[in-house]
This record gives sequence, structure tokens and C-alpha cells, in this order.
Amino acid sequence: MLDRPNVLGLLLAAPASLILVLLLAYPLGLGIWLSLSDAVLGSPAHFVGLRNYIQLFHDPVYQGAVFYALMYTVCSEALKLFLGLGLALLLNRRFRGYRAARAIMLLPWVAPTVLSALAWNWLLNPQFSAISWLLMKLGLIHGYINFLGETWPARISLIVVNVWRGIPYFAMGYLAGLTAIPKDLIEAASIDGATRFTIFRRIIWPLLLPVTTILLSFSTIWTVTDFQLIWTMTRGGPLNATQVFTTLAYQRAINGGTLGQGAAIAASVIPIMLILAFIALRSTREGS
Amino acid sequence: MTDRAGWRLWLPLGLMLLFLLLPFYWMVLTALKSQPELLNSPNPWWVFHPTLGNIIGLLTTTEYPRWFANTLFVSAGATLLSVTVSFFAAFAIVRLRFFGARALSTAIFFSYVVPPAILFIPLASVLIKLHWFNKLWALIPIYATFLVPFCTWLLIGFLRSIPRELEEAALVDGASWPRIMFRVILPLSVPGLISSTIFSFTLSWNEYLYALIYMFSSSNKTISVGLTTELMRGDVFQWGQLMSGALLGTLPVVLVYFFFVEYYVAGMSGALKD
Repeated sequence: MLDRPNVLGLLLAAPASLILVLLLAYPLGLGIWLSLSDAVLGSPAHFVGLRNYIQLFHDPVYQGAVFYALMYTVCSEALKLFLGLGLALLLNRRFRGYRAARAIMLLPWVAPTVLSALAWNWLLNPQFSAISWLLMKLGLIHGYINFLGETWPARISLIVVNVWRGIPYFAMGYLAGLTAIPKDLIEAASIDGATRFTIFRRIIWPLLLPVTTILLSFSTIWTVTDFQLIWTMTRGGPLNATQVFTTLAYQRAINGGTLGQGAAIAASVIPIMLILAFIALRSTREGS
Repeated sequence: MTDRAGWRLWLPLGLMLLFLLLPFYWMVLTALKSQPELLNSPNPWWVFHPTLGNIIGLLTTTEYPRWFANTLFVSAGATLLSVTVSFFAAFAIVRLRFFGARALSTAIFFSYVVPPAILFIPLASVLIKLHWFNKLWALIPIYATFLVPFCTWLLIGFLRSIPRELEEAALVDGASWPRIMFRVILPLSVPGLISSTIFSFTLSWNEYLYALIYMFSSSNKTISVGLTTELMRGDVFQWGQLMSGALLGTLPVVLVYFFFVEYYVAGMSGALKD
């Protein structure tokens, strides 16, 4: 019996499938049902159709969350891509200590996000910020900056910390991409008199495009649904200025008890997720 | 073959590394400062009277040791469960090519991109029904929901690179499939298994959202949750203790990472490709 690939295959795939069906697929479906109900913590739910979604559509706090989630994602992704690619180009050379530099640069990605976000939190403290202190000493500002307590400083600070955490991921991916580019291609071009910029624009960048698609789609999925970093640093504040889908869903469902509303906020990310997942799936399959 | 590196390499690289290492320097510095020095120092970027008081206080007056043990238990358990289950699934998909293989591998990919942010609300009501709420071990199967897709995806890529001739030869010799799995494929998969183990361990260690919502007793909390909920109460935070906790909580994953850098990098680029 165990020797028939179909029987053994089913048997071996069963534990993984069981976990994913019970704790992933079923909750996913349940979440969609909850988003169509008036579920409140501790009382039975009734079907209400699209009421939660319609309410959200007119809810200024939700609109604000959509705005900041998009801004947070677009700005962070652009900066991570640019700086990650730059770092990869620097590290793609064999200088003394390049191995150490490659190992060290991954640390922000490896370290637990909440714990490093705590360090950033203290670094950006309104009264004791060492960054404000430094800027004052340099004569660039005249008073301490309330980094996380005012709308725009908070919005920008969170983007900076997200970029800090994500640069290594892009750098790592691009390094792998750069190593795969044949050296003689670049040598031939430079013999033909191409400048470094032309080589980058005409040879390196086009060859890095598939990697770029994969890195961007995965990174965007994580950034749109980021929770840890924002929750640890601002909890969506001040006055909902840094609210995103996840933090708002958490506040409505867990703190406020309105499960239906929270589930609808979470479910409204699914279309974005699906598009990105299809792009990622297509480019990973093409890559092989 | 070493490039002669000039300032055009070192200046941008140095600035970048400075930025990337800044919070870690800050953690160490703050952990070593006494409360008076934290609040009033001629130069906050240095420590003038280093003390171990914060670390000792954290380990003796808070539940931090308990949170550390909890995190270790959950991470080890979730890793063991996920890597085992994923190896079986990947073997079934790649080597046995049973009739559901293609559907399962697509399903696994889509599970991989389902973020906890979408699941945490309905999963809460599933856990209540199962009476798993506030049970520490429940985090093990919960973490498997993001670890299994990741590990299976990684191992599928890895198992594909093992030549088919090996098992064909074994089949001709009369070996059974289970025997092939344990005697032929398993030994050859060790590097892939190490990569997925390291990744699973790191991902579980760093998880926050599920542990934050589902574990409400202080004695069931993990490091990240314990620090941000139990030690960030009231008006004045003990930043010295908080940063000591952050530092001690970061060290294990960093150590694992430095020991296995090569596997980590291989796993990271392996997860990018199919």
C-alpha cells in the first residue's frame, strides 16, 4: 500500500494540509463571513450584507488608514529598492572585509522587529532623543523634535524605520541577482567603450528586472500588512495619523470588540494581496 | 582578487552600515546606563559609568526569564513541527508527484502570502471554540500556519535539485518509497533542512501579533509581548531594563544567524526562486 505513490503521497501531505485547512483556510473563510456580519465579542452574529464595508467607505478614520497605508508602502518600497540596490552594488566588489560587511548588513532583517522598534522608540523619544541632541549640537534645530507625537514627523519616522529594516532584504536579493550576471558580458561592454552608467542602464538593470519584481511584490505584501513596527512605535497615533489597515483592524476588533468591522478592515486588504500574489507567482515560475 | 577600495566605496558603505547598526549600538549603550545617566548626560552617545544593574534587575525583579523560556519553547516546538511536516509534504509533491501535487503546491504558495493581519480576528474565534486561548503550546500549531508554507516552498525548490536517477536506481534495486525517502533523499536534503530550521526558528522568535492577542496571562507571554505590555505601563518607562530585555532577546537569533550565515543566505535566495 505504502509503495503506491498516490497513497503515500496523500498520507505524507496530510499533516501539512490539515494544519493549513484548520488554521488557515477555515479562518480565512470565517473572516469573510464575519466581515459580512454584525459580530460583536461575546454575542451571536447576524448576516448584514455589505453594511460594514459601506460604513468603512464613509468612515474618515478608515480613509485616513488607506491613505497612510498607501503612502507608507509606496515611500518605503521606493526607498528600500533604491538604497538596497545601492548597497548591493557596493557589496558586489571584493574588498577587504566584504564578507563581514555582507554578514553585518543583514542584522536589521534578522533581529526581532519589535525589539529593534523599541530601540528606535527610545532613540526618537520627545524629551531624551539622542538624535535631537545631535542635531541641536550641530546647530540644525533649536528645540527637541517630537518625532512620534506629531502627524508628519511620526509618519516620516515610521517610514525611515521600515526602510531601515527592509534595506537588507533588497540588498540580499540584488546581490544574488548581480552574482548571476556573467562577468564577460560586462567586460565586453567596457572594452567597447561603454561607461559604467551605460553598462548599468543597458545591461545590469534589465537583467535585474525579474528579481526586482519578486522582491517588490513580497516586500509590498509585508509592508501593506505591517503591524509590529507601527504598533510598537505609535499605535496608529497621534490622532490616527499613522493608522494602517492592521492597526485599525486590531483596535476595532480586539480593543473595541466589533469583530465584524475589524474583519471587514482586514478583508479589504485581500484584493491587493491577490494581485501581488499572482505577480509574485508568475515571476517565480518564470525565474526557474 | 581584491579591488583597491577608495573613499568612493568606503564613504557610502560606511554611512549605510552606520545607519543599519545604529539601533543595536543604542540598545547596548542604554542597557549599560543607570537611570540618572539616562535622563541627564553630557553626551547621550556614550556611557560614562557602565552598570549591569539593568540586566540584573530585569532578570531578578521581572518575569523576563519566564518570557525568554516561553519564547524558546514555542520557537523550538513550532520549528520541529513545521520542518517535519513540510519535509513530508515537499517530498510528496516533488518526488512522488501524486495526483494532488500541483494543486497542493499552488495552495501552499497562496498560503505563504496570506498575512497574519488577515487571519488574526477569525483565528481568535477558532481558538476560543477549540479552548486553545491563552494556552502557550497553542502557539506551536498557530505558528505552523506561516512556517509550513514557507518551509515547504523552500524544500520544494531544494528537493527539485536532487537528480531523479538516484531514486530510479534505488527503485530498480527493489527499495520501497518510504525507504528511499529516509535513506536516499533525507541525507541529501540536510542543507535545505538546516536552512528551513534556521528560518522557522527566527520567524517564530520574532512573531508578535498572535502572541500579543492570544496570550493574556503574564506567565504565558513571549519576550516581545512581555516587554511591550508588562514593562511599558505607567508614566515612566524603565528604558534601561527595556533595552536590556531587547538586547538579550535579540542575541539568540543573531548568534544563530552568525553561526549559519551561509545557510541563511542560501535560504533567503532559495525562497526567492521556485
